[in-house]
Amino acid sequence: MDFNLPNDPGIYDEMFDQAGKCRPHYQKFKDKINEISRKRLKQLQHSTGKSQLAMGMTFNVYHDKQGLEKILHLDVVPRIINATDWKKLEIGLQQRIEAINLFIQDIYNDRKILKDKVVPSDLILSSKDYLEPCVGFTPPKGIWCHITGTDLVRDKDGEFYVLEDNLRCPSGVSYLLENREIIKRVFPDLFYQLGVRPVSDYPGKLLSMLKYLSGKAKPVVAVLTPGVFNSAYFEHSYLAQQMGVELVTGPDLIVENNRLYMHTTQGLRQVDVLYRRIDDLFLDPLNFNPDSLLGTPGFFDAYKAGHLAFANAPGTGVADDKAVYAYVPDMIRYYLNQEPLLSNVPTYLCSRQKDLEYVLEHLSELVVKETNAAGGYGMLIGPRSTKELQNEFYNKIKKNPRNYIAQPTLSLSTVPTLDGNCIEGRHVDLRPYVLYGEKIEVLPGALTRVALVKDSLVVNSSQGGGSKDTWVLYS
Amino acid sequence: MLSRVADSIYWLGRYVERAENYARFIDVNLNLLLDLPPGLNEQWEPLVTVTGDKDWYTSKYNNFSRDNVVFFMTFDEENPNSIISSISRARENARIIRENLARESWEKLNELYYIVKNAKKKKVWLKNDPRVFFEQIKYGIQLIYGIADNSVSRTEGWYFSQIGQFLERADKTSRILDVKYHILLPSLEEVGSTLDFLHWAALLKSVGGFNTYRRFYGGIEPAGVLEFLALDQYFPRSILFCLRQAEKGLHCVSGSQESGYSNVAEKKLGALRSELEFADVNDVMDFGLHEFMDSIQIKINNISDEIHNRFFKITDNFTGIQSLQE
Repeated sequence: MDFNLPNDPGIYDEMFDQAGKCRPHYQKFKDKINEISRKRLKQLQHSTGKSQLAMGMTFNVYHDKQGLEKILHLDVVPRIINATDWKKLEIGLQQRIEAINLFIQDIYNDRKILKDKVVPSDLILSSKDYLEPCVGFTPPKGIWCHITGTDLVRDKDGEFYVLEDNLRCPSGVSYLLENREIIKRVFPDLFYQLGVRPVSDYPGKLLSMLKYLSGKAKPVVAVLTPGVFNSAYFEHSYLAQQMGVELVTGPDLIVENNRLYMHTTQGLRQVDVLYRRIDDLFLDPLNFNPDSLLGTPGFFDAYKAGHLAFANAPGTGVADDKAVYAYVPDMIRYYLNQEPLLSNVPTYLCSRQKDLEYVLEHLSELVVKETNAAGGYGMLIGPRSTKELQNEFYNKIKKNPRNYIAQPTLSLSTVPTLDGNCIEGRHVDLRPYVLYGEKIEVLPGALTRVALVKDSLVVNSSQGGGSKDTWVLYS
Repeated sequence: MLSRVADSIYWLGRYVERAENYARFIDVNLNLLLDLPPGLNEQWEPLVTVTGDKDWYTSKYNNFSRDNVVFFMTFDEENPNSIISSISRARENARIIRENLARESWEKLNELYYIVKNAKKKKVWLKNDPRVFFEQIKYGIQLIYGIADNSVSRTEGWYFSQIGQFLERADKTSRILDVKYHILLPSLEEVGSTLDFLHWAALLKSVGGFNTYRRFYGGIEPAGVLEFLALDQYFPRSILFCLRQAEKGLHCVSGSQESGYSNVAEKKLGALRSELEFADVNDVMDFGLHEFMDSIQIKINNISDEIHNRFFKITDNFTGIQSLQE
């Protein structure tokens, strides 16, 4: 089967250069695809969907009676990243996470960066994600953001830009791992020929990292899920299974004498480390949100007493704010005395008067985001929006400037994607996963989300996005 | 093992077994039909009667036609015990505890779920001979058992699933026997007739025990079939066999000796098991077939409640609510 070549010079295609020539690290793959008939490739795509369904890799509102179980479409055409590009990304991410971690430690303790006015105090201290109970606290080993799933895109120059840091409970890693298993069966010979780095040791690394947080020789680790109705439940149970640890829900747990226990058939058993997939504010109704029915009363007391470690640490979310994001390059300079290796997307903070004015005047050119929304909601994509919507945002921003940031529209890179009878470029983003334990490690692979609709820039699964297996090459 | 997980494993075992047995119930009748002399009506009402859901059925359906009964027992999602509901609930439990299951077990159960869903879409109960579908269910479940048998470690989880499976099977075998009580012969003279023989043979075939029975008991006669399905020590669907397996599982889970008891569940299960162990066919007949089966079902329910109290019960930290399956 042949490829439709990209023809928009304003967009970076990861497989073909401007002249329509295949980039070297894609060449073997291209030869392979050219050998396969269109019919065969469509069959492969079809069986990919079927194996996802059989594995139960489903997400979204789980309501059995109406059969609302969806799979995240997995495109058979992988995304390939060469070793040079990956190396740059890897050290850039390590630098970024190190700085962010220092930042969180600082704002809950000495607040030096605030006193030095590098980051405005009220931006941090007024945030609803700034958790008062964490003030003066240092988590085990001084690590706050143990698991990060940074979102990046490539602009027309091919450079990577960080879009969001996702420091809370980034999801998607199970799709990355399962996608790989499926695509391995589709192109078994290519993995060896191309030299694709494996990702399957992620659960093992995750477990070692979690164990490292405890002082005990044989700590008990568990994954905390909001429950089976959560859209990411598949992932929670998948990770627990792969790590060989218990998957627990709020009612399974109880805090006694500042220690956390789970109810087992043989009585109570202590839990030392909790990989929690519940938001900060729902964790502990005694200390945070009194209305929460998801967590367990007293969690935080056990945590502060040093009998329990959390990943990620409560309080980390404050650095995940899209307005705080704008200051990450400054954090890197401030704490590490280095220049940032990865670029931020230039960001206008509507809380700054000058930026606000600029944003309000240029709504039709900018992407406007709520500082605290996720999943592609609460967004205005200026160039593709109606006058009405722009007016709506105009009013919303004026009313509450702190809630909004704006960025120039990036021209997300494209990767060839199977769509019906053709293989054609579709826009993608990239979410690599970073673990912070004894050292900061970037998993050599990533979740690539792809906008399946031609020319669309929205890659979110809730809005018509799919995914691709992402191959990072040894060389 | 987490109490909640043990709870789900137990019920996973029960629901899967329930689905298989419902397929077998329907098979009894479909088998009978093939041999029915002309002029005799199909009897579908007894199937509904023995499931214990008759009141509910009659409030919803106006007759006991084959289409209605097969739909009710197989595809009616409002009937919590129908095959589709049992498979969905089994899958739901499996989904909750997926991290504790072998990958293949989950995948096969998940496939089965889609098979049933699709069959409903295709309205297979309206087909002339839907037996192919019920065979698919039976074999699908046998496959799940086969996978588990060769891949699950014999630790707590395995035994909880065994307890669930065998308690459910004991209950359902007692109900299959009860079918015979409710299927009416056209007249009293027909007792011992070809038709009567056909009824008993259909029961045996539905549990896959026809040939085994022949080999060990010879001729088809009521006392023999009753003994075989209720009191036999060796046949894996007989009530006594099932109770013994469940009891063994319970002792393994509690870590107690095989004699005596260490909790109420063990005590009650042991008592029921020995009641059957020391009964013969005449005792059952004297008590009344239907009454005897009824009392077994009630006792199994009590045992299940005690297992819950001993191993699964956790109270929500906030609402004080306990979750219960049935």
